[in-house]
Amino acid sequence: MNTIINFFFAAVRSGTPLLFGTTGEILTQKSGSLNLGVEGLMYMGAFAGFFVAYKTGNLLLALLGAFLFGVLGALVYAFLTVTLQANQNVTGLALTIFGTGVAQMLGFWMIQSNDGLKPIVNDSMMRQISDSGIPYLRDIPVIGKMFFSYNVLVYLALIIAVLVWFYLNKTRAGLNVCAVGENPAAADASGLAINRIKYVNIMIGGGICGLGGAYISLINGIGNWDNNCVSGQGWISVALVIFAAWNPAKAILGSLLFGAFTALQIRAADFAAEFSFLSFMTKIPSAVYQMLPFVITAVILIISSIRQKKEGNQPAACGINYYREER
Amino acid sequence: MQKEAIRLTGITKTFGSVVANRNVHLEVRRGEILALLGENGSGKTTLMNMLSGIYRPDSGSIEINGVPVVIQSPEDSKRLGIGMIHQHFKLVEVMSAADNILLGSNQEKKILSASRFEKVKAFCEEIGMEVDPKKKIYDMAVSEKQTVEIIKVLYQGADILILDEPTAVLTPQETERLFDILRKMREKGAAIIIITHKLNEVMAVSDRVTILRKGESVATVETAKTTIKELTELMVGHAVSLSIDRPDNDHTGTLLNVHHLSVCDEHGVERLKDVSFDLNSGEILGVAGVAGSGQKELCEAIAGLLPIHKGAILFKKENIEGKSPREIIKIGIGMSFIPEDRLGMGLAASLSITDNMILKNYHRSKGPLVNRKKAAKQAQSVVERYQVSTPSIHTAVRKLSGGNVQKVLLGREIDAAPSVLITAYAVRGLDIHSSYMIYDEINKQKQNGVGVLFVGEDLDVMLELCDRVLVLCHGEITGIVDAKTTTKETLGLLMTGAEGEAKA
Repeated sequence: MNTIINFFFAAVRSGTPLLFGTTGEILTQKSGSLNLGVEGLMYMGAFAGFFVAYKTGNLLLALLGAFLFGVLGALVYAFLTVTLQANQNVTGLALTIFGTGVAQMLGFWMIQSNDGLKPIVNDSMMRQISDSGIPYLRDIPVIGKMFFSYNVLVYLALIIAVLVWFYLNKTRAGLNVCAVGENPAAADASGLAINRIKYVNIMIGGGICGLGGAYISLINGIGNWDNNCVSGQGWISVALVIFAAWNPAKAILGSLLFGAFTALQIRAADFAAEFSFLSFMTKIPSAVYQMLPFVITAVILIISSIRQKKEGNQPAACGINYYREER
Repeated sequence: MQKEAIRLTGITKTFGSVVANRNVHLEVRRGEILALLGENGSGKTTLMNMLSGIYRPDSGSIEINGVPVVIQSPEDSKRLGIGMIHQHFKLVEVMSAADNILLGSNQEKKILSASRFEKVKAFCEEIGMEVDPKKKIYDMAVSEKQTVEIIKVLYQGADILILDEPTAVLTPQETERLFDILRKMREKGAAIIIITHKLNEVMAVSDRVTILRKGESVATVETAKTTIKELTELMVGHAVSLSIDRPDNDHTGTLLNVHHLSVCDEHGVERLKDVSFDLNSGEILGVAGVAGSGQKELCEAIAGLLPIHKGAILFKKENIEGKSPREIIKIGIGMSFIPEDRLGMGLAASLSITDNMILKNYHRSKGPLVNRKKAAKQAQSVVERYQVSTPSIHTAVRKLSGGNVQKVLLGREIDAAPSVLITAYAVRGLDIHSSYMIYDEINKQKQNGVGVLFVGEDLDVMLELCDRVLVLCHGEITGIVDAKTTTKETLGLLMTGAEGEAKA
């Protein structure tokens, strides 16, 4: 039983940065922009979040920093694709390379100025990012460990996902966002301010991705800076958007599942020890575990293309720039 | 209420070196339907886009309700009470009718509630129109979508309505219903501008007609005091003959036997049921029917794009079942198919006219290289023969106006010298001049012994042009009639599924 609870716990912890990235990207794509720069945005957020935490020891400021750096990266993307009408795919890929480069360069500088040693956040910061959970509730057997014993960022990710779901599905502003992403010409004819809606949602989406980066550098890295920390989780987030069918509520389940794959790799030995019939799990090379999320994404893509439902698809105008006077 | 709703004075708009509108004058009064008439490329849509805020005029003035205004954006236009029903609907497919109608209306509550469906329903009842507020747009037929568009602009407070070719995709019955709605709105004091190519519709619904020719407003006449002939002459600029020839058929022999044909669409729904007919050499066989009665499937089955479910199609006694579209083209069935979405099938929109010629012919030349010279020659001849107005043969097809796109497509198909030619809605969206040119061209093919399957929507034209008319209803043939002796009413009855006694 403990093995399974620990596994679930690890799955939630590994899934959370993906939930940030996926929620941010859903918001971006819903407004009609395919931003492939999530990996870069997460790197930027990872650096900014870590740096502020390292210098100030204040988690709130660190999160703010990560969010703002994400917004900044997304602003570059929005300016290029919305105002200058640059190709979205190319811009997104460039943003990935740019964000990774910026974070690694600044990270390298941070290591250098720390006499070549890995920078580590101070003890007070460590306490703030520990899995302290919710007082009293965390002491409930089983449920307490499974649901109420996480660090504060896990809950933040959940709240943001639910808020974004509410925003997109239950508010007039969200309806406008969806209209822009589905058919900007229709939205334009309805008198909506297309560019403003796109800018706002791309930037907020980027900020949320940035928070995911901060989670990676602070929580996954246990307060130690690693220049390669994000390592593909931005890309998995993009894949998760498809898995979640552009629905932030489903993204919660999706990120838990994908987090489970990561956790499986770490906890394989536990499973093998607890259940003898699972002893083969330790013999599977770790590369197979790392491959799993991508295999599942490919399977999901196949299923969703067979399904041919109108809802739960990529917004029709996602990836296409809108220019009013074009015929 | 004869107050002026719109007055345009001296409007000029240029795109680069092309003058789209020059010194246009136009006025619409309250309680009036004004038809805007003009050939393809005469600047009708450009003019209306200046009212809806898509373009801005270079010079001239716009007055709305007697007040000079500057319209900078669709938002401005909306605020002035102008609503435009675009030729291509501007609706969000995955959203419900209600959400589309409420989109962009800023008096709504910030949080969505289920009461919005009731609200839309109540509004529809108030203006006497009917739509299911919860129905998604992708589930709707074109006429329903159009209704949603109209309700939307009315909901947002428009009392000046602009409709850009609203009847192009409607059946005669749906058109009649639309006109009833427009007349009702006219009574309520709305000002309405309708763009259409169909002159009988202009006569039926409008009070006055303003005619544009080559971007200039040449005349405004009262509908009651004019004739179709006069309107045509004003539009074209010289006298024209309005009758379509029907040369006698001096060929014999059957080209195509369609034998108990059944066809299913990609979802497995049977779209054609037990369809049998012959197409003879030198004959134009019209195919009439309400939109979606199986016309598209019939064309696609003959062209080899849809598999045959039951039955057979014989071309000169040879079964074409299982042949690929290319093999079918090779044996001489040319298909010129113009779907609702003009650039969807048949032409590659971002390629030039020349490259589109190559698309159909490249496999005929020898060797691995493309013969661009030959294609350019072909493109040049199509442009000249059909008077396609284009800057050059290297212009992307996407940049041509709708009518010119159709000319390029039809020209290419006829150039391939097929023995069976399939045309679907060949003149949709074409002005009268271009339409007659295409009828002439089809007649020329007929005289050469080509069998033509002419899928059309204008029954008057079909009765004049075709030898026989086949009527489809829900995928079944309800009658094959002799065009010389049949009336429009008979066709109308057959189209709605009444039993056909007049089988020829």
